[in-house]
Amino acid sequence: MTALLRRDLKLAIRAGGGFGLGLAFFLIVTVLVPFGVGPQSELLSRIAPGILWLGALLACLLSLDRLLALDWEDGTLDLLATSPLPLEAALSVKALAHWITTGLPLVLAAPVLGILLNLPAAGYGWLVLSLLLGTPALSVIGTFGAALTVGVKRGGLLMSLLVLPLYVPTLIFGAEVARRGATGMDPVTPLLMLAGISAGVIAIMPFASAAALRVNLR
Amino acid sequence: MTLMIRDLCVARGGLPVLQGLSFTLAPGQALILRGPNGSGKTTLLRTLAGLQPPLAGQIDGTEEQIAYAAHSDGLKAMLSVRENLTFWADVFGQPDIVPALDAFALRPLIDRLAGTLSAGQKRRLGLARMLVTGRPIWMLDEPTVSLDVDAVAQFAAAVRAHLRAGGAALIATHIDLGLEADVLDVTPFRATQDTRAGASDEAFL
Amino acid sequence: MSMTEDTATPKRPSGFWSYANPVKFLGLSERVLPAVWALAAISLVVGLIWGFFFTPNADKFESTVKIIYLHVPSAMMAINVWVMMLVTSLIWLIRRHHVSALAAKAAAPVGVVMTLIALCTGAIWGQPMWGTWWAWDPRLTSFLILFLFYLGYIALWEAIEDPDTAADLTSVLCLVGSVFAVLSRYAVNFWNQGLHQGASLSLDKEENVADVFYFPLLVCIAGFVLLFLALVLYRTGTEIRLRRTRALQAREARL
Repeated sequence: MTALLRRDLKLAIRAGGGFGLGLAFFLIVTVLVPFGVGPQSELLSRIAPGILWLGALLACLLSLDRLLALDWEDGTLDLLATSPLPLEAALSVKALAHWITTGLPLVLAAPVLGILLNLPAAGYGWLVLSLLLGTPALSVIGTFGAALTVGVKRGGLLMSLLVLPLYVPTLIFGAEVARRGATGMDPVTPLLMLAGISAGVIAIMPFASAAALRVNLR
Repeated sequence: MTLMIRDLCVARGGLPVLQGLSFTLAPGQALILRGPNGSGKTTLLRTLAGLQPPLAGQIDGTEEQIAYAAHSDGLKAMLSVRENLTFWADVFGQPDIVPALDAFALRPLIDRLAGTLSAGQKRRLGLARMLVTGRPIWMLDEPTVSLDVDAVAQFAAAVRAHLRAGGAALIATHIDLGLEADVLDVTPFRATQDTRAGASDEAFL
Repeated sequence: MSMTEDTATPKRPSGFWSYANPVKFLGLSERVLPAVWALAAISLVVGLIWGFFFTPNADKFESTVKIIYLHVPSAMMAINVWVMMLVTSLIWLIRRHHVSALAAKAAAPVGVVMTLIALCTGAIWGQPMWGTWWAWDPRLTSFLILFLFYLGYIALWEAIEDPDTAADLTSVLCLVGSVFAVLSRYAVNFWNQGLHQGASLSLDKEENVADVFYFPLLVCIAGFVLLFLALVLYRTGTEIRLRRTRALQAREARL
């Protein structure tokens, strides 16, 4: 399992691995928002938590089609399915690799982009915490979407259509934590909900993903 | 350890392709699969490798025993030869990649990225992967595609060594490998129009 | 679901499950379809005319209230169709009955239209009542999310060529989607406590809707259920014939 994790991380970092693309996308979306809504700082600071969460979510989504498609094309998934590694474990590891290469950088970059959007000082800690708890769920749910659509040529758009509705609860609770944190309200309830969703999907979704992938490998 | 197939029926796309297939593959034995394109050799190998369920019949002795190699080798262009092999060795819990490198004369290429290899060299690397699985039953689908004469000889030697060590091999190929192997022509087992084996389209007929 | 009990019994094609055979199902649906169409038409015509023209205007709602004869039944169907798809998906995954998977496929476009009717009639009703076409009220938002789930489900069916693969994947999506739809419902409730009135139709009907409105509404609901039944039977029949054609052609082509 660590071999698969090491390999996926190595591949992400080497040329053509797409590492950093999600981060760059996050930056661009955040920069574009003031152009769309205007430069008033109190408006920006009000919508900052939501924009940052939405940007992170979209950046996460964008990198999902590489998650399984490359391994599908070169036959690695066939070989992994015949290896001693259970497919559920393999997909969990791939989701973890996706989180480390996409989710974690987004979490670390979010405070910097928070400055651009004039995020209130009280919000930084809660924003980072909510992203830290929420982005793993995004990766795991995304792996399910990737497993469903891996057999479809140019399935990126289809995958977005399938994955985005599944992101709704995570986004609602995650952004709520960040928003309450920024406005000085008590964010503990949505934080617990978010943690619950993350724990639940990490525990259960790999089984659904593996079931979908097995059907596709058939 | 013996692979036993009894009365197997396999399907592709909801349509039975082979039926009534029975054979055994004992340790030290190799079996060459022959048959025209579309006769179901690949489907048979994928079924035996556990990638798809059989329609009917019994497969014994495949659990955790099979190393499968298909048309695509599962190689990563941005990893070196060493890294590619080490990865699969780790996945299958094998410590050593040296014998695999030697068997397919890959030592000079060890630090080259797999993406810079020629088609034949990639194929050799893909076949070397079989050696790092440590699995006794090899299932090879057209293993000699894009191999030159020397490389085919290397491959045949690797298969022979594997058989001597108590392994077995099931190979779908059209060329003569010079192996002392039985040949199984799948043509007589092709499913006919009125095969009823529980294929998914039968319910609609 | 109760399906697990059925798997324990041996697979004898008798009683209810015998209609899992596509050919037998076609025969049955052809026999009952005319009656279902007729009943659906009668109850819809009676219910809608009764509701639109023979009920008094409620004081505070005026005549806008009459849109409930479309709004409430379609909203109920929007959810129930998804539940029906969930049940048929489970039957397909557990018992591998093709009719079940195809019924789910056939129901999805009906469900999406029901959701759309509920959303549109809601907007038309909401405009005079709340002074806005749309509000991010939990109920409205939940229906919008349900609409997205339907779209994704249909898109997945369309995108995958092999019918059995498509049936398996959409069934898994339907299961996972159901869990997330419920999660979303709670999340949305938490996110915004809204202005939509509570369910207007519950067991203690006296509290919500007076009898004069209640009975025509029941007839309309029956009409929508029958219409759905007719559409699903009809569309499932079409899907079965498509698969049958495909199966025959595949066998033909192989010689």
